[in-house]
Amino acid sequence: MAATFELEVATPDKLLVKEQVTEAKIPGLEGYIGVLPEHAPLISELGVGLLSYKVGGKTHSVIVSHGWVEVLGDRARVLASTAEKPDQIDAKRAKEALDRAEKRLREAGDWDIARALKAAERARVRMEAAAKTGR
Amino acid sequence: MPSLIDFRRRIRSVKNTQQITKAMKMVSAAKLRRAQDAVIAARPFGNSLRAMLANVATASKGAAVNEQNPLLAERPEERVQVIVISSDRGLAGAFSTNLNKAAQKFCIEDKAGRKIEIEAVGKKAKDYFRRRNFTISGEIFGVTRAPKYSHAADIAKKVIERYTKGEIDSVYVAYNEFKSVSTQKPDVMQILPVPLPQSGDTTGYIFEQPVEQLLETLLPRYVEVLIFRAILESTAAEHAARMTAMDAASSNAADVIEKLTLYMNRVRQASITREIIEVVSGASALE
Repeated sequence: MAATFELEVATPDKLLVKEQVTEAKIPGLEGYIGVLPEHAPLISELGVGLLSYKVGGKTHSVIVSHGWVEVLGDRARVLASTAEKPDQIDAKRAKEALDRAEKRLREAGDWDIARALKAAERARVRMEAAAKTGR
Repeated sequence: MPSLIDFRRRIRSVKNTQQITKAMKMVSAAKLRRAQDAVIAARPFGNSLRAMLANVATASKGAAVNEQNPLLAERPEERVQVIVISSDRGLAGAFSTNLNKAAQKFCIEDKAGRKIEIEAVGKKAKDYFRRRNFTISGEIFGVTRAPKYSHAADIAKKVIERYTKGEIDSVYVAYNEFKSVSTQKPDVMQILPVPLPQSGDTTGYIFEQPVEQLLETLLPRYVEVLIFRAILESTAAEHAARMTAMDAASSNAADVIEKLTLYMNRVRQASITREIIEVVSGASALE
């Protein structure tokens, strides 16, 4: 049994992660998906959340949102609309985005409700991740 | 015969032009590198999405979903939308001309008798097709200066909306393919109805969501990615074309300068000879 598999995290304009990892936890639309080597082929939509993976015992994480994940053979590909490493997160900007989205939801103008909800969710996850890394 | 001063003036003017073309060549070379990097950076997402879509499409093959999905609906082709991705600026050799001609040929020959609408990306495409009285459904400028994914997403959203409403029956993208630094090839690619990639075996796959739902979300994204790739390729091709054109212009200027210098020296020599003859004959007249 192979001890590692290849994890690829890509957004439309860049490749963020391409590494041999021993395990990964991927935020699916309906909850987290744990992936170990030799996982069965799988395709799922991606939710918003913290994707974490282990390389040689060390855990790394990436914040991803909206996309898909495919696991096939010794490879897992994550295609996300946005993906950032925790140290790239601008906590202030996330806070602003969250406030803006919540305001829109409260005032219920002619905003796109679904979009505001998604924005709020993204902002919340980003802030959590930023808080976790102690920034 | 032009005088010495005329020659000097001309040489100076050509030298100035040469400096400009040299500078433009260097700027384009730098921009080309950035554009090439962007093409390479965007490749993994595009390739993976394509592979994923192929698997989902194969798994859902023959299912009723394929007829239901509005982005796969094939209708008799009467109204055709062509997105022409050209540049905003000239001085890039035959870059825009070749593309516009190829797009026009596609409209007139391949899609003869159908109603054509042009979505112009870049001023050169707009000018060309407006002059030839094509219907222009929209124009977007400034895209190739700094191509962003949101540009592609905007264009995709617009054509998807029109296609779903039934205002258009098919959508094509005409763009310059970046073959190498010295070659760009105009290409026309179909994006709607989405040409589904196919793959091999997909038995044993776990689909967390129903295939129809996956297909529904994957397809619009695939259209965006196709357009984004075309924009990036076109940007790289534009810089490459400009670089080649400016390189040729610089060496032409060098040729002209060489020729002018030769003529100038000849004129100078002639006038010196004439002066000597005058002095000599004047002196001999005094004897």
